[in-house]
Amino acid sequence: MLHRSLITLGIIGTLASPHLLTAQVRLNGAGATFPNIIYQTWILTYNQKFDNVEINYQSIGSGGGIRQFSDKTVDFGGTDAPMTDSAMAAIGGNVLHIPTVLGAVVPTYSLPGVTQPVKFTPDVLADIFLGKITSWNDARLTSINPGLDLPKQDIIVVHRSDGSGTSYVWTDYLSKVSPEWQQKVGRGTSVNWPVGLGGRGNEGVTATVRQTPGAIGYVELGYALINKMSVGVVRNSAGNWITPSLESVTAAAQGAMDAMGPNTDFRVSLTDSPGAQSYPISSFTWLLVRKDYPDAAKARELLKFVWWSLTDGQAKAAGLGYAPLPKEMRPWIEARLRAVTAAGRPAWRGPVTAGTSQ
Amino acid sequence: MTDTFPAPMTTLPIEPLPPPPPDEPSADPRWQTLRSLNRSDRIYQRVLTGFALALPFLILVILGVLFVNSLPALKRFGPSFVWTSTWDPVAEVYGAAPMIFGTLASSFLALLIAVPLALGVAIFLTEFAPRWLRQPVAFLVELLAAIPSVVYGLWGIFVLIPFLRSYVVPPLKAVFGWTPFFQGVFYGNSLLAGGIILAIMIVPYIAAVSREVLLAVPTSQREAALAMGATRWEAVRSAVLPYGRAGLIGAIILGLGRALGETMAVTMVIGNRHDIGVSVFLPAYTMAAAIANEFSEATTNMYLSALFEVGLILFVLTVVVNAVARILIWRVARGAAVGSKAL
Repeated sequence: MLHRSLITLGIIGTLASPHLLTAQVRLNGAGATFPNIIYQTWILTYNQKFDNVEINYQSIGSGGGIRQFSDKTVDFGGTDAPMTDSAMAAIGGNVLHIPTVLGAVVPTYSLPGVTQPVKFTPDVLADIFLGKITSWNDARLTSINPGLDLPKQDIIVVHRSDGSGTSYVWTDYLSKVSPEWQQKVGRGTSVNWPVGLGGRGNEGVTATVRQTPGAIGYVELGYALINKMSVGVVRNSAGNWITPSLESVTAAAQGAMDAMGPNTDFRVSLTDSPGAQSYPISSFTWLLVRKDYPDAAKARELLKFVWWSLTDGQAKAAGLGYAPLPKEMRPWIEARLRAVTAAGRPAWRGPVTAGTSQ
Repeated sequence: MTDTFPAPMTTLPIEPLPPPPPDEPSADPRWQTLRSLNRSDRIYQRVLTGFALALPFLILVILGVLFVNSLPALKRFGPSFVWTSTWDPVAEVYGAAPMIFGTLASSFLALLIAVPLALGVAIFLTEFAPRWLRQPVAFLVELLAAIPSVVYGLWGIFVLIPFLRSYVVPPLKAVFGWTPFFQGVFYGNSLLAGGIILAIMIVPYIAAVSREVLLAVPTSQREAALAMGATRWEAVRSAVLPYGRAGLIGAIILGLGRALGETMAVTMVIGNRHDIGVSVFLPAYTMAAAIANEFSEATTNMYLSALFEVGLILFVLTVVVNAVARILIWRVARGAAVGSKAL
């Protein structure tokens, strides 16, 4: 009796879940929080087109993503800061950094009564965050903002208390433009800030800046755009005043392409990059993909998804506050992806053209 | 008339039990019943012992994991970890002194504010409140404990800090500005805000336990004091509070333990700055907040190990605080409150 009811249950179970009968590939990824929104959007949209693959991405932070990728508990990782040489050597160099979208970090401040955006030069920004410029009506600020009536108010610096890729990009930029910052503080997802309050996450920095008159902090560009925050204007290496925008961020990536070259491994910092219209505090965010996978089916599906995000998926970036990659970069990335092997043979045959199937 | 007095029962009027049959113990039905009771009782006893030992075992496991993972940092920094103030992940120099100071300072400040408040609530509810008011007020106070920590943090950022900046800090500075505790500019996120949020969070714990303690004080104590001519306040102060001293100390330590480990609400309002400052207007950092903020992005092994060591210090601190509380309660209990049901 029990035997028969078990068989019945088994048949009903198999009939009720048709997906069990098709080849379902599961891909797991973890890592950076900055691109989480667009990755989840891509996964959702991709699954509506191709339902034979199940992709899962958890935003636990770049550090966690690198760790899990190195421990082989996930198939792909996400990171806002590239892996160090020693971290790559520890896994035998079996990693590729594939850029997916561009992000930028913008200065945001709270000055009620000042309606026009405040201009900042690189050295002024560095000295504010070093604690050397302490008042909004300091001569160095008023001289670059002649039309503004800056008040005599203390500058209260707000930084991130949690480790994050946003802090990495900000400190990377300050290290490049200020030798004193480079020597005293350096770059990292978490640093020893000379002055300032710490807020937790973009939300914490925003809330603290908003509630504290005279505060200045830094947040992701998409975040600032969507929340309509007052952002500053920064002077780039070409000497132009750049208002942060998605186009200026893509221009920064285009400007850096000459120095990168087609054989680049994409572990490149885009801060202070050349180009007349480049926004100087921009950065890639990367997916970590292995050079060699043990499972051919998984590798093929992963690379198909990655290529889709680099082509069709880029259309979704602007609406969510991310800057799309320059189109000129696609052939370079395609070459990297074609080199991925699974059990000795190439895992991916290249982009799908209309009429063929993979 | 001693001969009619009942004789002492030197012999029980019960047959002695037969000796166990040596060869066939299970054949005798009486022994069979006793043996099966013993077996299920044995299992019952062993299962309960297992549960009871599992929890201390879990604590030892946690301690072990913390210790093993903090060994790299312990070896590199040694005891100087506790008094170094620098926390530099880029140069890989770590020191927990600001966090330890911040944890102790914010908890102490919270107790300073919460204990009079919570004891006042408990005394009000047991002595002065009309009967119809007791349950609703007690319920509302205990409801404070049900509010999630993050909600406290949000309320702190958007309501408490502006309120402090506009209405509390100017008078404080005017009256106490000459002391080192109230100097400097108040920017909002500060030790003061952290201490106040913690105080609000631990009031329900201290108040609930204190109320139970005070309710257990026999009315005869109060009545005796009132009969001697004491006012209501004198009766409470001289008869009720000393009687429940041990339990009240336990309640305060319970609140302190909660304050030491509180994470989310504190990290949203305390300023998150690795600095030691005497003034309560300056930003600070606590151990729990630092671990919560930095753990997920700790990229290097030494960074992770340093955070584990901070966790170990917090664990040891909490254990020490609770042990001191236990000792205090035993010492006090042996004194005036012997026989007190309030324990």
